[in-house]
Amino acid sequence: MSNFLSSSIGKKVIMSLSGLFLILFLCVHLSVNLLLLFGEEAFNAGCEFMELPFIKVIEPVLALGFIIHIIWASILTIQNQKARPQKYALRNQSKNCTWPSRNMYILGALVLAFLALHICNFWYYFKFSEVSSQYELVSKTLMQPVYAVIYIIAAILLGLHISHGFWSAFQSIGFSNDIWRKRLEYVAYFFAIVFAVGFSILPIYFLIFGK
Amino acid sequence: MADKILKELTLKVWRQKDAKSKGAFETYKIHNISTGTSFLEMLDILNEQLVSENKEPVAFDHDCREGICGTCSLFIDGRAHGPDDDVTTCQLHMRRFEDGATITIEPWRSGAFPVIKDLIVDRQAYEKILQAGGYVSVNTGGVPDGNAIPISNDNAEEAMDAAACIGCGACAATCKNSSAMLFVAAKVSQLALLPQGKIEAARRAKAMVAKMDELGFGNCTNTGACEMECPKSISIQHIARLNREFLKAKLKD
Repeated sequence: MSNFLSSSIGKKVIMSLSGLFLILFLCVHLSVNLLLLFGEEAFNAGCEFMELPFIKVIEPVLALGFIIHIIWASILTIQNQKARPQKYALRNQSKNCTWPSRNMYILGALVLAFLALHICNFWYYFKFSEVSSQYELVSKTLMQPVYAVIYIIAAILLGLHISHGFWSAFQSIGFSNDIWRKRLEYVAYFFAIVFAVGFSILPIYFLIFGK
Repeated sequence: MADKILKELTLKVWRQKDAKSKGAFETYKIHNISTGTSFLEMLDILNEQLVSENKEPVAFDHDCREGICGTCSLFIDGRAHGPDDDVTTCQLHMRRFEDGATITIEPWRSGAFPVIKDLIVDRQAYEKILQAGGYVSVNTGGVPDGNAIPISNDNAEEAMDAAACIGCGACAATCKNSSAMLFVAAKVSQLALLPQGKIEAARRAKAMVAKMDELGFGNCTNTGACEMECPKSISIQHIARLNREFLKAKLKD
């Protein structure tokens, strides 16, 4: 395993595994978020569950997952940029690959920018100040049209990122062939839609019904 | 039925004196091209025109002109081997272009494929990758009797599909990361699927990937652009197999 991590495929495997781990986190995150639709009590109970010790243990692992995914993505992108010192004058890439697949790093960077805002909005308050009702903080924030729009756009960007990322993760660890590729692509689109719609429902809900 | 005639075409061609010089686009007008002309024949006509004007003809790679040698290249109107799918540049015909069109012609652009002159690039990088392990060095004896070595039809077909690779370089040229993974995958896959090649599969996958990385090709991000531009339509499922072979080999280390 000596130089595995420095090889191109090894680096892709790291991207793949950290990405799949982050998708797992998103599933948990979305499930808790959707409790918002069931009222204040349900969501606050969900937040309390997230305070349990075994979840606390996973938190640094999650942070590490993000950091690894971001650092390796940056290393790979820099290497890929260097691999073609002179660019083409004319390119017609829309004919041979999808837009998200070409722009994973940009999509990822935008999601990261959103993540910074998101942490300032909620996580920071949940963590470092006494919040009487998490539900109230969330609803108050998402009722503001500016935040609602930002959260909806971020959800769509995340969906686009995952529409390529999910199946690509399996391809990178070698789990794909002509049959499974189609299946994985469908599952990727399924996850992309679930995350994009699931995370946008909440700002839309609070925009309409929030008081 | 006579072929249609394209009255005028504007060609934007990359001209570069040698590897060290800085290149630039030159614009040429060319007249009365039959739609039955192949793209390379059109360039031959341009060169005749240039020679008659006492100008240096455009240098481009070509050999068999029937899509099997992998010598021709060219990035035409933003796509490797031009706008048609599943063909090499030599199989591309002028009927794909409209009268009065402007056609942009560039060499493959990749750090690992430096331009030698005009539209010709040095593709020795692919040969170096092959030399690192794209062969069978164990003694496999003479030609075996038919069916003496049982190989499933699926494996035989897949190996044959991978073996269709002509090493033209379109995959790395078109990849946004300039990755050579489809080429390496085709070679690794072709041999790993057959009993004679399986013996050295682990060593081959490691050596060829190491060489590919060393030569400065980029990292695969699974966009799938390579398989779309591959004149032999080699599927990226072979890249998945390469990843598998490489991981298996590394886990054993």
